[in-house]
This record gives sequence, structure tokens and C-alpha cells, in this order.
Amino acid sequence: MIKFDEVHKRFPNGTTAVHDLSLEMPEGQITVLVGSSGCGKTTTLRMINRMVDPTSGTIRLAGKDILESDAADLRRGIGYVIQQSGLFPHRTVLDNVATVPLLLGWGRKKARSRAAELLETVGLAADAGKRYPHQLSGGQQQRVGVARALAADPPVLLMDEPFGAVDPVVRTQLQDELLRLQKDLAKTIVFVTHDIDEAVRLGDRIAVFRTGGHLVQCAEPAELLARPADDFVADFLGAERGLKLLSLSTLAGLPQGPAPEGGRWELALDSARKPLGWRDGDAAADSPLLPVRALRDGDSLLSAVNESIASPAGLVARVDADGVLTGVTARAEIHDHAGEAHISAGAAA
Amino acid sequence: MLELLKNLASWLTSGPQWSGNAGIAHRLVEHLEYSLLATLVAAAIALPIGMLIGHTGRGAFVAVNLASFGRALPTVGLVTLVFLAGGLSKWPVYISLVALAVPVIITNTYAGMAAVDPDIKDAAKGVGLRGHQVLWQVELPLALPLIMTGIRLATVQVIATATIAAYVSFGGLGRYVYDGLAQRDLVQVLGGAALVAVLAVAADLALGGVQRLLLRGRPASAR
Repeated sequence: MIKFDEVHKRFPNGTTAVHDLSLEMPEGQITVLVGSSGCGKTTTLRMINRMVDPTSGTIRLAGKDILESDAADLRRGIGYVIQQSGLFPHRTVLDNVATVPLLLGWGRKKARSRAAELLETVGLAADAGKRYPHQLSGGQQQRVGVARALAADPPVLLMDEPFGAVDPVVRTQLQDELLRLQKDLAKTIVFVTHDIDEAVRLGDRIAVFRTGGHLVQCAEPAELLARPADDFVADFLGAERGLKLLSLSTLAGLPQGPAPEGGRWELALDSARKPLGWRDGDAAADSPLLPVRALRDGDSLLSAVNESIASPAGLVARVDADGVLTGVTARAEIHDHAGEAHISAGAAA
Repeated sequence: MLELLKNLASWLTSGPQWSGNAGIAHRLVEHLEYSLLATLVAAAIALPIGMLIGHTGRGAFVAVNLASFGRALPTVGLVTLVFLAGGLSKWPVYISLVALAVPVIITNTYAGMAAVDPDIKDAAKGVGLRGHQVLWQVELPLALPLIMTGIRLATVQVIATATIAAYVSFGGLGRYVYDGLAQRDLVQVLGGAALVAVLAVAADLALGGVQRLLLRGRPASAR
């Protein structure tokens, strides 16, 4: 666990980056620090590995004041991932990942085999190790950055807008990968972003900062979205915060009925009873099917609301893990459920 | 003109011209000796200074001003001054040549290190490299291409300028230039100048080879 106790950081030029911050980042969880630029979130992160030292207050890592540790030794025990990956362009990908193990004196052979293992863990092909960072795409470079941070198996991972510079599709992939890794590794992760959607997706807890280094609210995503502490947080979460909250609940448990028969809209199925599309009974017989996006129980309520609006029949097709139709749920049912989810999240918080 | 080139060719290729204490071979060795020693001393002085300025980021203005200062420094004037102050010795030659080479190497070393992406230095520090490890493992390797360029530039300039050794009565290829001028022997002047030029180009090519060797295996982005 990382514990900030009345931490204050004032830079020599007089600006206050972090204002009397007291905050706990629980072990094995992802704590996201979020806020607009200049809010002190990055400074907060960088104080944990002593890239910045606080003006006053204490930061404890596993109970120990970090100022008592040698800065370089401390950093070797903390994974660090930054936005532009910060890989060494003159070293191969494998040697980049082996950096910290080598610093810790593991010996070249052991460090390299560990690095190769990690490249696989972060989803890179083994031959990527022989290449140089600039020969990889931005998304691949970020994966290497994560592998380098994980190389010595540190309990804590600091990530400073690690996915900020990649396109949205790759960003989503990287977020999924991080969540998948975190399931196995259960690191204490501190993650900085200015993207509230990323924060909601990744965070077990989200700390919202305001300009001047003030922590405004720190809560679980559902609580934050349901009950923002003030107008600043509400504005920051945006007008769609109700919908974002829906992204946190799933379809599981929502009742479903049989697919419609005989009406205007019929669900076309293939021989394995997998949905193909909606057939319009009023259209010519050879007209193409309208697209259907069948949802599984694990899909979010937000995607169900979206599909219920997109579906011409006003029905959401539900399938099992194999993609076989299990039933349909009506738009009204989903909307009612969405409203209840919102209310109950607020009540639970 | 054709006559002149013919004379030049026979001057450069005649056997006796190459042998003996005043022969081309001996003058070449002398010239190389002045040049290499001066460049090595200059590098020994300039590299640590350039590295220090580049690593700490302090004193950058010194590096920038040194460049202009070095360019403006009249080498012949300096050699005369040291000669008048210190009397007949090789010191004036070496001091002048070193003074010529130091600014080039400092500014290139500094520029190379200043050009290293701050994000990369930050990451290096952030994963736990100590200051000297950042310098040796990250900053210097990445600055190496520009550092080598500085050393090559300095070497070429020093070889071209080492003719001044003859100006204060010592040897080297400058002997032919100054003697030729004194004797109004244009062929000898041209011969000396051509040899200096060839030597400078050869040294640059050799150092280019060293540079390629040092950077072998690296991608174009880190050269």
C-alpha cells in the first residue's frame, strides 16, 4: 500500500503542484489519478518513485517512508511506464526489457531469458526482442514499456499516461491487456490519465484532482459517477456520466423472452442458431438483412442501451458464450433496468 | 596549366623526393605526429567538459560561446603570440592546434548530449539508473554520432592547420608550403597543399570507419 500523508509540493518557481494531499493507494488495486493538465496528478505519481521529492509531508510505501530509501534503489523496486515509452533507441527491445534485472545484478543470461518471457506476457512475438524500439509501432512500444516495468517483478507499477499517444483502437486493446495482466499479477498500480473514460475502465479507485494540486474526490468508479462530490467533479465526468455508469454494469440477470415471430421484424439465424441480422417483413424478399450485434451476459449495460437504440426491432438479441441465441430483451426493459442500476449505484455509494 | 600539373605529378612521384629527412615520407610522419597529438590532447580536455555541460545542463552558454570564439580565433596569430612569449619550441604549435580543436569537440559533445530526448533520460532515471549510469549507458551512446562528428571535424581542421609548425621553423607538410613560397617554387607549394588535403581526407575517412564500427548494428534512428 502507498500512503500519502499531508504531502505538499511547491516548486522553486512558486507554483504549488500538490496541495496537502492525503491519499491511500490500496495494495493490489489500480488507483487512477485523473484531472486536467496542471492538476498535480503527474507530480503526485513522480513523488512515489522520488523523481520529485515532496516539500513537506510523508509518503510511505509498505509502511516505510520513501525518503529513507536511496532513490535509485527505490526506483528499481517500482515499475515505471511513461507516455512515449522512453525506450532506449540504441538497445534492442530485449535489452531494454532486461534493463532493471541487469541493474539488480541478475547476470546477462538470466536477465535476457526473463525479458523474453515478459515479451510474451505482454503479447509480443518472440522475434520482437531482436528489433530496435523505432522498428515497432507505437502500441508495441508501449507494450515493451510495460514489459520493462514488470521485468524485476516489482510490487508497484507507476504508469504516467502510458496509452496517451496511441490511437483509440490500440488504446482499448492495451487497456484490455492491462486488465488481463492485472488479474494475474495483482500489482499495486498508480495510473495517471486525463481521460475519464480510461479512468472508469481501469480504475478500482479514481482520484480526481483539480488545478492547484487539490484532491477533490477519491472513490470507486460507480460511486464517483453516481455521486460526484461537487460541480467540478460532475463537470469533469461530463454530461454522459449516467451512461458511463452503465458501462460498469452487465447484462447478466436481465430477463429475456423468445425471439419475435410473425411480426414485421424477424431475427434471421444460421443453422447453429447464431443471429445473422434482422429481416424486414415489409421489405422485398431479397433485400439485405439489417445488422444485429448480439450481446453476451458479460457485455455492459451501456452496450445494451446502444444496441436497443440501434436495433430496428427495438430488441436486443442475447447469445451465450458460443454465440448461440438465448433470447431477446426489449428496449423498455433495458432502459428500466438501466435506470434502476443508476439508482442502486447511487444508493450503494 | 598542363605544364604545372605535369611538374606537380613528377614532384609528387619522384623517388628522392620521398626519402631523407626533408623527404615527403618524413614530413608526413611529422605532420601526423603534430596533428594526432594535438587532437588527442584536445579530446582529453574537451570530451569531459562537453560531457559535464551536457549531463548537468549547466554552463551551456559556455559551450555556445566557445564555438563562436573558436571560429574567430586566428591560429597564425596565436602561434606567433605564443612563440614570441615562449621562445623557440613546439609549444606554440601544440597550444594553437589544441586551442583550435577544443571548441569544436566541446560544442559537438554538448550538442549531442543536449539532443538526447529528455523522455529517454527521464525513463532511464525512473527505472533506477544512477546519474553516472545514465551518462555512460544512455547519454553518451546516444550522443556518440555527434561526438564522433566533432572529433572528425577537429581532426580535419588540425591537419589542415598543422602547416603552421613550419611557420615557426618546425617540420611537417607545411615545410613545402612555406619553403615553396619563400623560393617562389609554385610546384612545391602546390605539392605540399595537395598532400595536406589528401591526409585530411584520409584521416576523415579512417575516423568515419571507426564511427561505423562503433555504431554497427544500430538502427538508423540511433546513428
